Amino acid sequence: MDYTLRELMAIIAAREIKNGDIVFCGTGISMVAAMAAKHMNAPESIIFFETGAIDSALEEIPMAVADPRVMYCAASNGGLLDAFATMQNPITGERVIGILGAAQIDKFGNMNSTSIGDYYRPKTRFSGSGGACDVASFVPRYIIFMQHEKRKFPKKVDYLTSPGYLDGNGGRERAGLMSGGPSAVVTNLAMMRFDEKTKEMYLAHYYPGISPQKILDNMEFSVDISKATEAAPPTASELKILREVVDPQRIIL
Amino acid sequence: MDVRADKVMSLSEAVKTYVKDGSHISIGGFTVNRNPMAAVYEMIRQGIKNLHVYAHSNGTGVDELVGGGCVGEIEIAYGGNGRAAPTCIRFKQAIQKGTIVHEDYSNYQMSLRFHAGAMGVPFLPTRSSLGTDIVNRWGFSKEMRKKNPKIPNSKLIEMENPFDGWANCRKVVLVPAITPDVTIIHVQKADQQGTCRIQGLQFCDADQAKAARNVIVTCEQIVDSAELRTDPEYNQIPFIHVSAVVPVPFGAYPSSCYKHYDYDPTQLSDFAKAAKDDGAFKAYLDKFVYGVKDHQGLLDLVGKDRLAKIKADPRTGYATGLDRK
Repeated sequence: MDYTLRELMAIIAAREIKNGDIVFCGTGISMVAAMAAKHMNAPESIIFFETGAIDSALEEIPMAVADPRVMYCAASNGGLLDAFATMQNPITGERVIGILGAAQIDKFGNMNSTSIGDYYRPKTRFSGSGGACDVASFVPRYIIFMQHEKRKFPKKVDYLTSPGYLDGNGGRERAGLMSGGPSAVVTNLAMMRFDEKTKEMYLAHYYPGISPQKILDNMEFSVDISKATEAAPPTASELKILREVVDPQRIIL
Repeated sequence: MDVRADKVMSLSEAVKTYVKDGSHISIGGFTVNRNPMAAVYEMIRQGIKNLHVYAHSNGTGVDELVGGGCVGEIEIAYGGNGRAAPTCIRFKQAIQKGTIVHEDYSNYQMSLRFHAGAMGVPFLPTRSSLGTDIVNRWGFSKEMRKKNPKIPNSKLIEMENPFDGWANCRKVVLVPAITPDVTIIHVQKADQQGTCRIQGLQFCDADQAKAARNVIVTCEQIVDSAELRTDPEYNQIPFIHVSAVVPVPFGAYPSSCYKHYDYDPTQLSDFAKAAKDDGAFKAYLDKFVYGVKDHQGLLDLVGKDRLAKIKADPRTGYATGLDRK
């Protein structure tokens, strides 16, 4: 079965979404994953956006979370305060799964989407938090999309924009954050999870044709690879959903 | 000013009257949607300098304002603009070169800060950003804060929950209120006094407007008050907050305006291409901003065909099937 890595990443993330989840979704591949899940394993999942739209029809794939495509046929079109309330409200909040991305991530899932180098005169400036820090602060579990490169998996992030497990087990609670945190990191080589006791990242699945060593070679810190198994490749029906239903114009994929 | 007065005026007069060098401003909209672009271009054309900008995620407008040399300081959550520019390009360059002073927040924090300003409270609490560099690293120094009475003395303050852990919460971050000198928003409909009807997502527009000393509203269409008052529950901003009303069809172009027009992928990507190079960007500004008298001039350059392509489908509110590659 022929498929691209981006397609595989979207499907791996989509499989993480449970039926009935309320999915917080950003732009790009996270939107593809959330939309795919609705047609695969989680038909009753509900997608919402930080801009305030909830359960939009999504007849066409939005290019940004403020795209008018998220407004069409939504249950309600509110504002940012509504969206972040959905995450914190104890009734709806516990069903929320977030999908985020970042420029850097450390072994405890702390993310940088702000800048590389000196904060005041950075070598590279990125977009900044947007709603990412809020989502990472509030929701019980979230998936992180990353490109697997050494500089993107540093021992320490240059700027801690969005909290993972901070300094490890109990770190969030010590800082006063809501419990929760990242549940999976989906990259172009592998899927990682976090150890229940130490909250350190470990290799859960490597993609077909990718060795665990290659994954380690693309990270500055080391992770446990002893529990790793090969990821199940996309099925024909999963690919059909991605290509024909979710993103037929191939805007994201 | 009589708040019931007819506030309709030209865009050039509205900007001249309410936006000065060094003004603290916010603009409405979010990334590719309902940015008050006609007003942004007018500020660039008038050569306004040293603005202090408060932004959650106002992609298109913020990048043009920075690129147009209008911005001195910025408090921002997100400088990105969808697919055309995952990080706003002139914004990125300005920070890397140190030509603007910046301070980072999250979207929820910026929303709460506008909300606090609109409510008239000094700060609001949130649990967002505990343990992060958003709390720990200030963009504005203590000295800069002390010198400027419009900037609070601290960025963010952590506090123990004074209600003894009530609501299962031990600690909060206090975010200070924002009260801009002027907020500029673009809406679908307004009456001559300034009552506004926004269709689709509201983002933070109403709080941004209510937090500001002066508000400039640009709109697709001026309608009779009687029409808006037939269904007042669909109006978000009453006229008492508004200083100027300016009818500007396609006033959010090249960002979208729900139920009127989509974003223009061609213009957004042409802007992104030009923004990467100083010479090309100057040519872009010369052509689309300095080279035209007003927003209609820019729309004439773009041409009727392109505008027809992004016209909203009445069923969906956007241009169904628009080629967005």
